[in-house]
Amino acid sequence: MNYLDFEKPLAEIEGKAEELRAMARANPGMDVEKEALALDKKASDMLVSLYSGLTAWQKCQVARHPDRPHCKDYIEALFTEYTPLSGDRNFADDLSVMGGLARFDDRPVVVIGHEKGHDTKSRIERNFGMARPEGYRKAIRLMDLADRFGLPVITLIDTPGAYPGKGAEERGQSEAIARSTEKCLSLTVPLISVIIGEGGSGGAVAFATANRVAMLEHSIYSVISPEGCASILWKDAEKMREAAEALRLTAQHLRDLGICDVIVKEPLGGAHRNPEAAIAGVGKVVGRMLSDLAGKDGKAIRDSRRKKFLGMGAKGLAA
Amino acid sequence: MNWISNYVRPRINSIFSRREVPENLWTKCDNCGTMLFHRELADNLNVCTNCGHHMPITPRARFHALFDGGIFTEVEVPEPIADPLQFRDQKKYTDRLRDARKTTGEAEAMLVAEGEIGRTPIVAAAQDFTFMAGSMGMHVGNAVIAASERAIKLGRPLVLFSAAGGARMQEGILSLMQMPRTTVAVQMLKEARLPYIVVLTHPTTGGVTASYAMLGDVQIAEPNALICFAGPRVIEQTIREKLPEGFQRAEYLLDHGMLDRVTPRGKLREELIRITRLLTGQPPAVAAELPPPGPVETTVDLGGAARKPAEATDTSP
Ligand SMILES: [Zn+2]
Repeated sequence: MNYLDFEKPLAEIEGKAEELRAMARANPGMDVEKEALALDKKASDMLVSLYSGLTAWQKCQVARHPDRPHCKDYIEALFTEYTPLSGDRNFADDLSVMGGLARFDDRPVVVIGHEKGHDTKSRIERNFGMARPEGYRKAIRLMDLADRFGLPVITLIDTPGAYPGKGAEERGQSEAIARSTEKCLSLTVPLISVIIGEGGSGGAVAFATANRVAMLEHSIYSVISPEGCASILWKDAEKMREAAEALRLTAQHLRDLGICDVIVKEPLGGAHRNPEAAIAGVGKVVGRMLSDLAGKDGKAIRDSRRKKFLGMGAKGLAA
Repeated sequence: MNWISNYVRPRINSIFSRREVPENLWTKCDNCGTMLFHRELADNLNVCTNCGHHMPITPRARFHALFDGGIFTEVEVPEPIADPLQFRDQKKYTDRLRDARKTTGEAEAMLVAEGEIGRTPIVAAAQDFTFMAGSMGMHVGNAVIAASERAIKLGRPLVLFSAAGGARMQEGILSLMQMPRTTVAVQMLKEARLPYIVVLTHPTTGGVTASYAMLGDVQIAEPNALICFAGPRVIEQTIREKLPEGFQRAEYLLDHGMLDRVTPRGKLREELIRITRLLTGQPPAVAAELPPPGPVETTVDLGGAARKPAEATDTSP
């Protein structure tokens, strides 16, 4: 279990309960269950209170939690016949973006998402979920495929942002992101996005320019990381708490701003405490969003997506 | 004159510049250090007469040099909701905006205008680096959309000069949403089969590069302009190595196939005339200094009630 800094008191209580139970296992006949249960109760009460009042910065930490379910977990659990498709037909296959054909509720779809990896090896392989131009170009190719064969597209967003690397810039990071956003806006099939962790800047919007955008309860979506914003506007990266607050990057604020259509509730203590429940919640919402858009005329789907974005921001926080 | 009247009421610009006497009569070239007299520098479009270094130029000065006879009509940009996030860092966003308006005399970071270049009717938009680093927020999004809609209404090409230090962070996610919003504007132009020409100027970075500034039918850059998504400092911090000389500069991008052309500011006008006429099937422009078009020829009216310049004549595509 990885505890976040604000979960320290929780870590202590849960640690004590675990310690008691370990002692009991080592000394048969020793009865600790009553005490352990009391500690469990205390921990779960604390969890409720911690997670009911998360600050924006704490939400950033939860959204980046290493044990949080990632794209791969969602694809494995929610889709059948997942058939990964690779490469941008130009330079490389970018493993920070996974995608391919699959079935959702038996219906053929295209699924695309950022994958951060779950251990050192896979994190490096996946470049921590930071796509290079090839990742966006692979996504463009898959979206094209979906469009031609009338398959809805589901994107799962979880990226700190586009990769700030030398090669990425040389090979046209900006152009690749711009074309990916453009492709999102030209699809005549339903495009739905779920922000499952971090929605980092241009790297996120390139996949999330969708008919419907859902966000997990403790996910974030922002133009810049709180640390980046703090170092520019406060001239001090340590002011990330203030920046996170000011940026209004939580799912709740983004719903008020009309950016997020649906908030998917997370299990108590965040998606990482019960990945199955979190994934199931996303599955339900994806199913509902897909049926909302099913059977609609392709041009109407595209036009309503464009109209949605054109109108965005007109009302500020009162949207 | 306050910015509201300049902003809200489209008007013909006078041949005189807004700020008659600049605070500094001399500007030091930050490349070669030569002291340049302001008139000489302005006549050379803010390009150093000694070394050719391109310095920022305001949209108004650029349009003045771009349009025939220096005449253009501003296209109104719908005003967005003020301070949508009620953002406050060490300073309130509304205060930062007020200061920027005061120092630039402009309403926001992008100016849209219509007029003729070499008697070719166009719509033009230019981003103002001197206004909060040209950062993209709701206003810039609205301006790109208004420019595109106006171009479509008049059936004219759109020429867009980009310049941006990045996102308008004080508008948070709404700044990010300008990427899809402006992309819709570009798509509308493309579907109307109208040329969309982008001139990238120093610096063009972040979400601006990753949206409308990279989606042109023809991509031109001014010499040595920094054009990137992630800035060189961020990249150096990430990869922990020194970047090569000229990295992310216009010429470097040209070498890497990301641009069509790199063109000095002094040659842009002629080039834009040529390209827009080629793309819209018009005969070559007359190669000579042209007098101001049509009815304005005999009138220099400095008031807001001036006549509109001749609308698109027979040259509309
Ligand atoms: Zn110089």
